[in-house]
Amino acid sequence: MSETEPKEKPDLAIDQDIGNFSYPEDYAFDAGTGLTDKTIDYICDAKDDPDWVREFRKKALKVFQQKPLPTHWASQDLQNIHFDDFRYYLSKGAKSKRTWDEVPDDVKRTFERLGIPEKERMFLAGVEAQFDSEAAYSNIKKAVEEQGVIFVGSREGLKEHPEIFRPWFGKVIPTADNKFSALNSAVFSGGSFIYVPKGVKVKHPLQAYFRINAENFGQFERTLIIVDEGAEVTYMEGCTAPKFDSVTLHSAVVELVALKGAKIQYITVQNWSPNVFNLVTKRGIAHEEAEIKWIDCNIGSRLTMKYPGVVLKGRKARGEVLSIALANNGQHQDTGAKMIHAADETSSNIISKSISIGKGRATYRGLVHIPRHLKGCKNNTECDALLINTDSRTDTYPAIVTRGEGNSVQHEASVSKVSAEQIFYMQQRGLSEGQAMSLSVNGFVNDLVRQFPMEYSVELKRLIDLEMEGSVG
Amino acid sequence: MKNTLEIKNLRAGIGGTEILHSLNLTVPKGQVHAIMGKNGSGKSTLAKVMSGHPDYEVTGGDVLLDGESILGLEPDVRARAGLFMAFQYPSEIPGVTIANFLRAALNARRPEGEEVDAVEFYHHLYAKMDLLKIDRSFTSRAVNDGFSGGEKKRNEILQMAMLEPKYAVLDETDSGLDIDALKIVSHGVNSLRGPKLGILVITHYQRLLDYIVPDVVHVMVGGQIVKSGPKELALELEKKGYDWVEKDLVAA
Ligand SMILES: Nc1ncnc2c1ncn2[C@@H]1O[C@H](COP(=O)(O)OP(=O)(O)OP(=O)(O)O)[C@@H](O)[C@H]1O
Ligand SMILES: [Mg+2]
Repeated sequence: MSETEPKEKPDLAIDQDIGNFSYPEDYAFDAGTGLTDKTIDYICDAKDDPDWVREFRKKALKVFQQKPLPTHWASQDLQNIHFDDFRYYLSKGAKSKRTWDEVPDDVKRTFERLGIPEKERMFLAGVEAQFDSEAAYSNIKKAVEEQGVIFVGSREGLKEHPEIFRPWFGKVIPTADNKFSALNSAVFSGGSFIYVPKGVKVKHPLQAYFRINAENFGQFERTLIIVDEGAEVTYMEGCTAPKFDSVTLHSAVVELVALKGAKIQYITVQNWSPNVFNLVTKRGIAHEEAEIKWIDCNIGSRLTMKYPGVVLKGRKARGEVLSIALANNGQHQDTGAKMIHAADETSSNIISKSISIGKGRATYRGLVHIPRHLKGCKNNTECDALLINTDSRTDTYPAIVTRGEGNSVQHEASVSKVSAEQIFYMQQRGLSEGQAMSLSVNGFVNDLVRQFPMEYSVELKRLIDLEMEGSVG
Repeated sequence: MKNTLEIKNLRAGIGGTEILHSLNLTVPKGQVHAIMGKNGSGKSTLAKVMSGHPDYEVTGGDVLLDGESILGLEPDVRARAGLFMAFQYPSEIPGVTIANFLRAALNARRPEGEEVDAVEFYHHLYAKMDLLKIDRSFTSRAVNDGFSGGEKKRNEILQMAMLEPKYAVLDETDSGLDIDALKIVSHGVNSLRGPKLGILVITHYQRLLDYIVPDVVHVMVGGQIVKSGPKELALELEKKGYDWVEKDLVAA
């Protein structure tokens, strides 16, 4: 892949106030800024990590320090990340402080429009560090525990269930996969650990939302989901409400393991505030006849780089990535998918839809790899881009590498535009500019969203409406 | 004035060039007025300026809807106030079905939370489609996307029928229609005629006015209304051409 990037820093219309938090200077709860061996020790002590984790973290730190930024192809904006200025660990007592009065009005309005309950608003706005959702959560937790499902935080996972956790941890995504997976491996905290035993089909989607109090919205989440033979689970990460966090660097690692005949559906709505760098590595391994489906929607953040992948390891394994990226003014959504075919008769499907508005920028970056010796493999890739107004840009780098005769690959791409003339036409029928844009965007993503779980697609639609209203100058 | 659409000394243009020069025109509710005029005389410009197209500048005069100036309003506010324009060249809106589009447009006219009932909506929509002999399969097609020229024009009138405006400007709705379609569309427009609606039809052809019989015919030359008269004026124009009006002007 080669690409010439614009040299100038993109024009970022960021409301700096959103991230305007203050910290109490109390180092009992705070590892300070910057990242050294000492920071790692601080984290390990604070979390009471086992020795093998301490060692794992320290090795990862070395890898992180050695690896260059992937600037040969990624956005130049990455160079605006000053790693020494960040805090890599804040324990519970040191969460940021601001009062409800300090929360910007438009943020409050957004919560209201999304119908977020009062108590949750306080947490999401960063006013309260903790949100007690134990009541909502315990019902589901109890139901799944009865089926033998483990659904805990990653910290509890590695401590209480090392026999399942350790063999898979860091195996799907090795530390050295990229600079940000190394960073996460060094300083991870938060995230979920899930194990679904053989043959168990979890009825309700497991939602990280219910586990907010278990530090799930961590800066360096680490999630590991193992679904045993013939079992099924749907996991929903995040929630559609915008999350206003004090930290502007987020780097999660999510590993999925679907054993023979298992099914995993992993759903994300990313709606970070527009000052956040969101650099995420997500990958799953699908064994024989297993299926991994990533549903990934990126609405927020300043820069997101995320390419969910599936390694199709066993015969007849299936992988799917359905993604929507919305890049508004000042945002860059650099997203895509990776499908690594490693067995016969494996199939993969990628459908990506991106919307660029104003100076927003959306990039699709894909990789489909089917080596020569395989037979009966299939890939379908569809990338559609919608441009709203002429400043928007979109790039597609599908990179499909297929060798061998017995495999089939299909690729389609399209770019469409919503022009000022179309907006005017819709306005003439009585729709506001925001409604007109929303209608176009919803029309554009509709056939994809129809495949999402119901409650999720409703929320997504509301979120798009809000985002479009906000983009009208 | 109540129950009229008034255009008073309207001056407007685009890119620094004035196209409408102090134009005057009044369309009362319950009447149909026709504008005829050469290519480039400013007919579509008038329609777009009235509906608030952002490319045009207004440099003087006013447009009053039931006595209230609408020139300072956003296009969608004007539309919701009761102004409808059937475009000479309707836009295609990919991905948005006619049903969803019209439902959204109707909901935009109602208070939040009081959305149109789905059953009632389709009942109404199908009735209007039947009137305009539009196949029901069109409800799930994207607005104007891949429509033939004539289908687009018919779809404009369908929208007019659904949105029930107070004043409608039809910009060359007849162009691109075959003879049967012309009759159907005219029948549709005529069925909407009544004391609650004022219509301004822009056309080049007398033939349309045989079906949609106007109360008044105006002739537009160089961004102004230069002559107005009864429906017979259209016939005279057809016989004598625009040169006749222009010569008349010079003589006067
Ligand atoms: N975007 C523009 N830039 C420059 N000139 C324009 C623009 N739009 C319209 N005009 C000019 O304004 C004049 C009036 O155009 P308008 O479309 O109103 O004419 P019309 O009477 O509707 O003609 P027709 O019968 O061909 O539809 C024309 O001379 C046209 O070239
Ligand atoms: Mg015209």
